[in-house]
Amino acid sequence: MRPVLCQECGKRPATVHLTQIINGQKRELHLCEQCARARGELGIMGEPFTIPTLLSSIITDGGHTFPGAGQAAGLRCDRCGLTYAEFARTGMLGCRHCYQAFENQLESVLRRLHGTTVHGGKVPSRTGEEARLKREISRLQEELAQVVIREEYEKAAQIRDRIRELEKKLR
Amino acid sequence: MNLDDVLYNSHSCWMDPSGPDSDVVLSARVRLARNLEDVPFPSRMGEEGAQRVLRMVERAVEDLDRDPQLGPVGMFRLDDLGALDRQVLVEKHLISPNHAQQPRGRAIILRQDESLCIMVNEEDHLRIQSLAPGMQLDEAWRMAQAADDVLEGRLNYAFCQRRGYLTTCPTNVGTGMRGSVMMHLPGLAMVGQARQVFSALGKLGLAVRGLYGEGSEAHGNIFQISNQTSLGPSEEEILRNLKAVSAQVIAHERNARRALLSQTRIQLEDRVWRAYGLLLHARVISSEEAIRLWSDVRLGVDLGIISEGISTETLNELLVATRPGFIQKVVGRELEPSQRDAERAALIRHRLRR
Repeated sequence: MRPVLCQECGKRPATVHLTQIINGQKRELHLCEQCARARGELGIMGEPFTIPTLLSSIITDGGHTFPGAGQAAGLRCDRCGLTYAEFARTGMLGCRHCYQAFENQLESVLRRLHGTTVHGGKVPSRTGEEARLKREISRLQEELAQVVIREEYEKAAQIRDRIRELEKKLR
Repeated sequence: MNLDDVLYNSHSCWMDPSGPDSDVVLSARVRLARNLEDVPFPSRMGEEGAQRVLRMVERAVEDLDRDPQLGPVGMFRLDDLGALDRQVLVEKHLISPNHAQQPRGRAIILRQDESLCIMVNEEDHLRIQSLAPGMQLDEAWRMAQAADDVLEGRLNYAFCQRRGYLTTCPTNVGTGMRGSVMMHLPGLAMVGQARQVFSALGKLGLAVRGLYGEGSEAHGNIFQISNQTSLGPSEEEILRNLKAVSAQVIAHERNARRALLSQTRIQLEDRVWRAYGLLLHARVISSEEAIRLWSDVRLGVDLGIISEGISTETLNELLVATRPGFIQKVVGRELEPSQRDAERAALIRHRLRR
């Protein structure tokens, strides 16, 4: 039996068979996978969302005005070997050290993606002990500034002592 | 845990119709992206790195398994499973299509009731997902967070104070969290307001997409609403925002349904009963047609137009049972699309008459 050829390109064998009923009219479609994807008929298993392409345009700013784009492209993470140019193309970082290697560039990427650049959520209890202490200290420093403005000096002294205590733990 | 019990069963925990707002909300989901400190991210870890991650995670999973709230769980390597089994896992929204298509060095960790599912070595080393019926984002968050805490007791996560949980893609960095609500919105679609509502959601930093695959058109008026950004606000703030906006969408949907009922009752009843009739009697049915009719029948049940003989739970189950992979799994062999359409029609008739 000869394979049914794709109705769209007429070349490749049809592997996607669709029955559509639109306003009571039945329509049979026989497509190859490539043409079906191009027409968006393969909604079920889904063409993966093209985040890399979208992201790439944010990372490279459409390839135009990104400051220092030329120099950044040559940057490389010394741990996993990923270059900034590769990251700009795929939108994927290679390891946790990439976040340091491309820190300056990521600052603006993250601002565009999230509107902000600093984490304010959960901290893992074991690996994040230091991070939690630092965050608590910075929270207390803000509180300290507030109580000083309100001239609540007794409370300020308490907060100051607490900050010193935490800073000791950090060392 | 036996994986076949999940693969042959079209029922999942989220199908329980007693969840809050279950006339509109099918399920709520929370996903946490996590990576291990000592191994490059999956995009660059290579085969050896993948096996290292699997071994480390395997040991950590023993703790999950023993946890009375979370366990028992099973861990399955994807290259031990056939393509059809992997497809069923995709159809149940337990793993991503990408995870299923490249099984090498990848695994899933699964709780029997499917309320917890962890993808290993997908885009990130770990994608912890929890699923709850109806509008229960906090429930889903609690479970995902509990699993995260247990795993973190054994594994060193890639984390930094400034950027939070470090992820492969910078769109997920920070909390690594994506909360999402799966909604059935036929009312908004029928009164022509869906697009308007969705564009407003986009302005609030939320993303909307059709159920079957990102970027695809929505089938069956099922949409997923999720947070787009993950860095800056805390997990609780992100979820609070998502809940507040979802509540608005639910209210809009109910308004649209009420308006349809009061202004076009007979047309609506006709549409619902015709769809029911087709599902009950069709001999050949495509998955696209099935889900379109499903949407009408589900609306009819939610509005009390159909009040007997069919439960929300059965309808929820049909969402999985009519998928191509599941049908082939039940029949026990690969089928041509036209054979699948016949089997699908038979399966729907059988389930609706049960």
